Amino acid sequence: MPSESASLSSILSSDFEKILASWLKAQAREGVKRTDLVSAKETEKQSRDFLIAFGRATRDAPTDDKFDFANPSWDPVREALEEITESRTQRGVSPTEMGWFIASIKLPLFEQMRVAFAENNARLLENVWNTTRVVDQLALHAVESLVQKREAIIERQRAEMTEVSAPVVKIWDRIVTVPLIGTLDSFRAQTVMENLLDAIVQWEAEIAIIDITGVSTVDTLVAQHLLKTAAAVKLMGAECVICGISPKIAQTIVNLGVDLPNVTTRIDLQSGLAYAFERLGVTTKG
Amino acid sequence: MTDESWTVALVRQSDVAFARQVAMKAMTAIGASAIKKTKFVTAVSEIARNAVIYGHGGAITFRVVGIGLHRSVVGECTDRGPGIADMQLALKDGYTTGSGLGLGLSGARRLVDRFDIISSAESGTTVTLESAAR
Amino acid sequence: MSTSGSSPIVTIMGCVIVAIRDDLDDREVLMLQDQLVEEVARVKARGVIIDIASLEIVDTFAGRMLGSMAQMAHMMNARTIVVGMRPAVAMTLVELGMTLDGVETALNADRAMSLILGRRIKPS
Repeated sequence: MPSESASLSSILSSDFEKILASWLKAQAREGVKRTDLVSAKETEKQSRDFLIAFGRATRDAPTDDKFDFANPSWDPVREALEEITESRTQRGVSPTEMGWFIASIKLPLFEQMRVAFAENNARLLENVWNTTRVVDQLALHAVESLVQKREAIIERQRAEMTEVSAPVVKIWDRIVTVPLIGTLDSFRAQTVMENLLDAIVQWEAEIAIIDITGVSTVDTLVAQHLLKTAAAVKLMGAECVICGISPKIAQTIVNLGVDLPNVTTRIDLQSGLAYAFERLGVTTKG
Repeated sequence: MTDESWTVALVRQSDVAFARQVAMKAMTAIGASAIKKTKFVTAVSEIARNAVIYGHGGAITFRVVGIGLHRSVVGECTDRGPGIADMQLALKDGYTTGSGLGLGLSGARRLVDRFDIISSAESGTTVTLESAAR
Repeated sequence: MSTSGSSPIVTIMGCVIVAIRDDLDDREVLMLQDQLVEEVARVKARGVIIDIASLEIVDTFAGRMLGSMAQMAHMMNARTIVVGMRPAVAMTLVELGMTLDGVETALNADRAMSLILGRRIKPS
């Protein structure tokens, strides 16, 4: 047992309940116990679990200037923090609140130390400093973990949204189609291209139909994206058909001076599909 | 978050393939999407080949920068070559002094999020490429 | 059957087929091209199928090799079809400005085989 860490770890083990109770109070005082977001019962359980893990880690690993958060003994503490941030991320707790939640544990710890080292100021100061370093590190970790989790949620939502805005469907054996709706910015155009190419692999499609009926405006950028998509589709061994070329869009494209060579275009989805059937030798009744 | 970096010496043609492998490893480490990986590694391949063929060899170093979802890989390729006399011309599609297609430098620039190039007759050419995870 | 690195070349019904293993360096790419051309001449092949499904990247060098391979095979009266290109590779080549004009493509070796044997119409 590292001698320097003995004090922090022994305080945590001998006065566990007292520290927990005092910490919960400190949390409330610092305004981090958001009863509207996290119930008192849950907070107590999380605090208790964290404190148990914290106590064990301070017993097994040094907390003086040899403190290293990367030490495997801190793994359970990290896990406890993960759990706490996980539930709090979902409830919209702010990074500040998250930081204070952990940092407020200093108060009960310092209280106990003041009693334990009443006779020895140097030892008290040393212990306060070591504890501060350790707790601050944990608090920062919690904040970082919270922010990362939040970003992951945003990223997932963005991915879901683009997924919804460009659904590629298999409409026939060896034919996939994607309807484009609204404005096509660079990011969406890229997503459409990726989804379409993935669908070609997935369904072993030979024809990919892009329906631009719902696209509000076709500018040079959009036209270029369409051309790139068509070229990529061809490289993969399939053929691209762009349909939904209204008279207005045909005029715009020509006036922009954009050439669509080697790209098959059709007026609407029906004629696009008819073309695809012809290419694949599909015959339909009626 | 990490200070890790990997350096690949670029002397022989087979070193270009090794640089690609390391670039792929770095992009995988930041959880990059398939398309970002492929674009970055392709750009690395072009730049590393240039360093071997025209730059009398050199080295490429990869670093991971940023945190969380904002992590990206930075590749810095330096060579000992004569430098590039006319940068604007060199970055034009289809321009080549060798037997290639002249798409290497200009193409590589389009494949990454950041592309910097510094060149002089004294210090050779340094190309910096950066690509985010998505 | 000959090999380049570990990319085995096989000939089936007059089609020379090679599945390129991942990550060839430039020298290996040229060696493979040599071997393919030799094989096309040796068996008087009708077609060459190059499966690049395992390639995570195709740069301008490898792209150029595919283009010249198609030209050389064409001069020997054989069609060259590149199959199995990954979506990310296709997007990257387009961004590079390499559209591999003059190279035929198909989704997989099976479809390419049908194209060469004339069982199906050729996608333009």
